[in-house]
Amino acid sequence: MKKMTGMQRKRITQKVAFSLFRLLSFAVVGILFWILGFIIVKGIGVVDWEFLTSAPEDGMTGGGIFPAIVGTLALIVGSMIVAFPIGVFSGIYISEYAGNNWIVKFIRIMTNNLSGVPSIVFGLFGMALFVNALEFGDSIIAGSFTLGLLVLPVVIRTTEEALRAIDDSYRVGSLALGASKLQTIRKVILPMAMPNITTGLILSIGRVSGETAPILFTAVAYFLPKLPASIFDQVMALPYHLYVISTSGTDITAARPIAYGTALVLIMMVLFFNIMASVLRKYFSKKTLS
Amino acid sequence: MVAIASKNVNFYYNDFHALKNINMEIEKNTVTALIGPSGCGKSTFLRLFNRMNDLIDGAKLTGEILIDGVDIYAKGIEVDELRKNVGMVFQKPNPFPKSIFENVAYGLRVNGVRDKKYIEQRVEESLKGAALWNEVKDKLKKSAFELSGGQQQRLCIARALAISPSILLMDEPASALDPISTLKVEDLIYELKENYTIVIVTHNMQQAGRVSDKTAFFYMGELIEYDDTKKIFLNPAKEATQNYITGRFG
Repeated sequence: MKKMTGMQRKRITQKVAFSLFRLLSFAVVGILFWILGFIIVKGIGVVDWEFLTSAPEDGMTGGGIFPAIVGTLALIVGSMIVAFPIGVFSGIYISEYAGNNWIVKFIRIMTNNLSGVPSIVFGLFGMALFVNALEFGDSIIAGSFTLGLLVLPVVIRTTEEALRAIDDSYRVGSLALGASKLQTIRKVILPMAMPNITTGLILSIGRVSGETAPILFTAVAYFLPKLPASIFDQVMALPYHLYVISTSGTDITAARPIAYGTALVLIMMVLFFNIMASVLRKYFSKKTLS
Repeated sequence: MVAIASKNVNFYYNDFHALKNINMEIEKNTVTALIGPSGCGKSTFLRLFNRMNDLIDGAKLTGEILIDGVDIYAKGIEVDELRKNVGMVFQKPNPFPKSIFENVAYGLRVNGVRDKKYIEQRVEESLKGAALWNEVKDKLKKSAFELSGGQQQRLCIARALAISPSILLMDEPASALDPISTLKVEDLIYELKENYTIVIVTHNMQQAGRVSDKTAFFYMGELIEYDDTKKIFLNPAKEATQNYITGRFG
């Protein structure tokens, strides 16, 4: 065999490398589809209108998951009411007002630390503060605050990064026209950052809807025959429901199809939020550009 | 009449002495070009006139900048009022992601103008003033980003004109533009001088020669020479000026 030239070797190495990269990225997508496919195949049989709109029956081996859907939606709305304003305003403050001094560095380090805290610790903290100290009891409001705290770092960081991504020439251009800093942020910078902020917010909704540990001690009940009447009531929630019917209950095997159905609904919900994120993102970037 | 006066101006970025004892007077309704090699302080000097340097951490000024006889760094001066009177156009066209109309109206709106008729009238006048009206009058609702680079820059000039400043600062306004757009912007500068006092920073010697009445040459934070543009280009008093304009350094 003839000796390979440097050029040939370079090309072959490149081919091998890119084939490997391609294989790995397909593997990732493959695994995702495998999980999705598995859940869909196992769960699709149970999911129908009845399943979505009725309460569990026969010790969780029958009926539907309506209370859990309602509970999860309530917790999403509640946690967003907690996390969005605080997170977005903090992000604006850090990015636009605070400069680059030790306070900002401290806030940023603390925010990062907060996002590294295991969610079960948030659960314990939420129980200590909201359930016991503030006497909310196990309730939507206690769970919402706990989940809100959990995603706060994500919201702050997305907002901050979205704002920082906006070129300074727009700030300077606005200030040079006699606009105040607040006007500049409200009328120029925020609208430009909106697509990225919205995406971050919706992705954090996805995160909230799937969390179990933070609501374990703060909001959820094993089984509730009635829907919550106020924010101080307990709720059922999809991820927790999935957990209990897979690990305990009168008949785990009999409840298995319902578990898959629940998983399917949960996954579809998260998927829906993620798709909505990209749709809204496109909508906003079109709007700001025209 | 003197529009801008700089008296014993020293400017620092932390420890860096960026401008050294600058004394200079700029006449009303003239075009003054600030030239010099990169880092000589000319842009820093320009940004003193609308207090854009205030935004930089560690910036410090001594001496006085007087605009129409008023020290603009004195206590009680409202920066946004100052910037209404001293407009600025930047190196890179930076229209906002809004419609052409809204870009021009922006300065009016943030300064509290609500009268719709008046805003429409000012937008038209400003676009005409920036020699852009004929090109955009049928698409005022379209995004400013749809314009070419040269049109965007003239839009930014229109935007600055809308709030009726008396002084217009231009920081290398044509350096990101193609030759034809550059000429259009230069023609415009020449026309605008009737109603505005213009100070322009430029790297382009020919441009300084074409558009300006007076030229100031900066080097290493010092004002080396300031005179009629003709004199600076044909018969400079200082050797450094001569060397710079003939391209021996910079």
